[in-house]
Amino acid sequence: METRGLTYRYPRRGVVLDEVDFKLEKGDKVALTGPNGAGKTTLLHLLVGLKKAKAGEVHAFGAVRQEEKEFVEVRARAGFLFQDPDDQLFCPTVLEDVAFGPLNLGKSRDEAMRIATEALESVGMAGFEERVTHQLSGGEKRMVTLASVLAMEPEVLLLDEPSNALDTKARWRLINILQSLPQAMIIISHDDDFLEHLANRWVRLEEAKLTEDRRLTTPDIAVAAAG
Amino acid sequence: MAQSFEHSGTSWKGQKLKHQTSLIDRLDPRLRVIVVSVFALLVVLSDSFAVLSLGLVTAVAMAVLAQLNFKRTLRRVIAMDMFMIFLIVMLPFTTPGEALFSVAGFPASKEGFIHALKIALKANAVVFCLLALVGTMSATTLGHAMAHLRVPDKLVHLLLFTVRYLDVIGQEYKRMRRAMQARAFVMQANLHTWRSVGYLVGMLLVHSLERSERIMDAMKCRGYKGKFYLMDDMTLQRPDFFFMACCVPFFAVLFGLNFL
Repeated sequence: METRGLTYRYPRRGVVLDEVDFKLEKGDKVALTGPNGAGKTTLLHLLVGLKKAKAGEVHAFGAVRQEEKEFVEVRARAGFLFQDPDDQLFCPTVLEDVAFGPLNLGKSRDEAMRIATEALESVGMAGFEERVTHQLSGGEKRMVTLASVLAMEPEVLLLDEPSNALDTKARWRLINILQSLPQAMIIISHDDDFLEHLANRWVRLEEAKLTEDRRLTTPDIAVAAAG
Repeated sequence: MAQSFEHSGTSWKGQKLKHQTSLIDRLDPRLRVIVVSVFALLVVLSDSFAVLSLGLVTAVAMAVLAQLNFKRTLRRVIAMDMFMIFLIVMLPFTTPGEALFSVAGFPASKEGFIHALKIALKANAVVFCLLALVGTMSATTLGHAMAHLRVPDKLVHLLLFTVRYLDVIGQEYKRMRRAMQARAFVMQANLHTWRSVGYLVGMLLVHSLERSERIMDAMKCRGYKGKFYLMDDMTLQRPDFFFMACCVPFFAVLFGLNFL
């Protein structure tokens, strides 16, 4: 996945991405950091075509992607984990929700069931198949959404603040699972410790520019306060 | 106002009416939907007291057969009756006809009284039957049954999404409401209250709209192309055929009684 000169602006917020060049290589575990409202989520949305770039191009899986039709394939091959699990879990039961992706990819019902069951097992959620989605706890919801993304067997993972609102135990479980996954991924997070465990490349989005940067946010503020 | 809204509007999560497992639970959901529809149609279109009374008795018998929780069922039936009470009270006074008695100089007509009674009988019969046959399945099952019955997809999705997100929106409402209370907001009859409640409702709409867009995005990310897949098969079994064999003659009797 690659972007060239990607630009995006919101009507009132102004330019949030200004000619951003970015390339995700195989095996990259990219930590995408930056202040609130910097446009991190926007960047991920642009990558899978949920928003349309004002300028620049998105290359994904060996082709330039511009039209909605071209992005359909990108979305099938890049798993997107949303910030709020409630946005992603819309089916009444867990199994139906996890099977939703595979069914859309044209799998038969039995196959989709099997994939869904395996995906749930792989995130340690076996036995939750018949549970009602909106009655799960925050941590369980997160794991189910991860399973529903993994069930599509994506080649790339785009994770939007996956550790948000997780308790210590659920957070460690998530770290363990993500560490074991072979896919290249982009992780948006404000949790530096979480990123420490996962990332092998650090990228910072600030003032609409993307920079390769390993600097943590906290020391910065401490220095500013001292000064 | 806010209290009652908080309770009735947001506490329902699509669960079934509380009851013990009964014969009714073994019946195919599709069959239950069809039987209720036919029953409701027959009762509403009937005009004879014999039919209406028989309908109500059958409906109550169904409710007993379905082992409905007495208190909760009664609460729902009364809630419905409250809706109609004004109509029933007003009808004798607004329908012209033979005067039965008069209140403060206004005559109450016999025709109006009979009309009101019929409406009350019809409504209660239908509601009891609905609670017994459809109320005993969860809203999700109902949605699936409707889908299997070839009800338009859009309506089914509307129902399923409502069930799924009513609670989420309810939580959002409660969160904002608590945040208001935390800043010492008390409802009063003044402009400030009206404006704040207006903001609250407006914000709720904006949040819901934004959430619906995010849900759509999330679905697109998983390859959604406008089609849902039903995961369950529904097949008619022996109790279903038995139930059908009972219903058909009964409906014929109900229908026939109208012409006696």
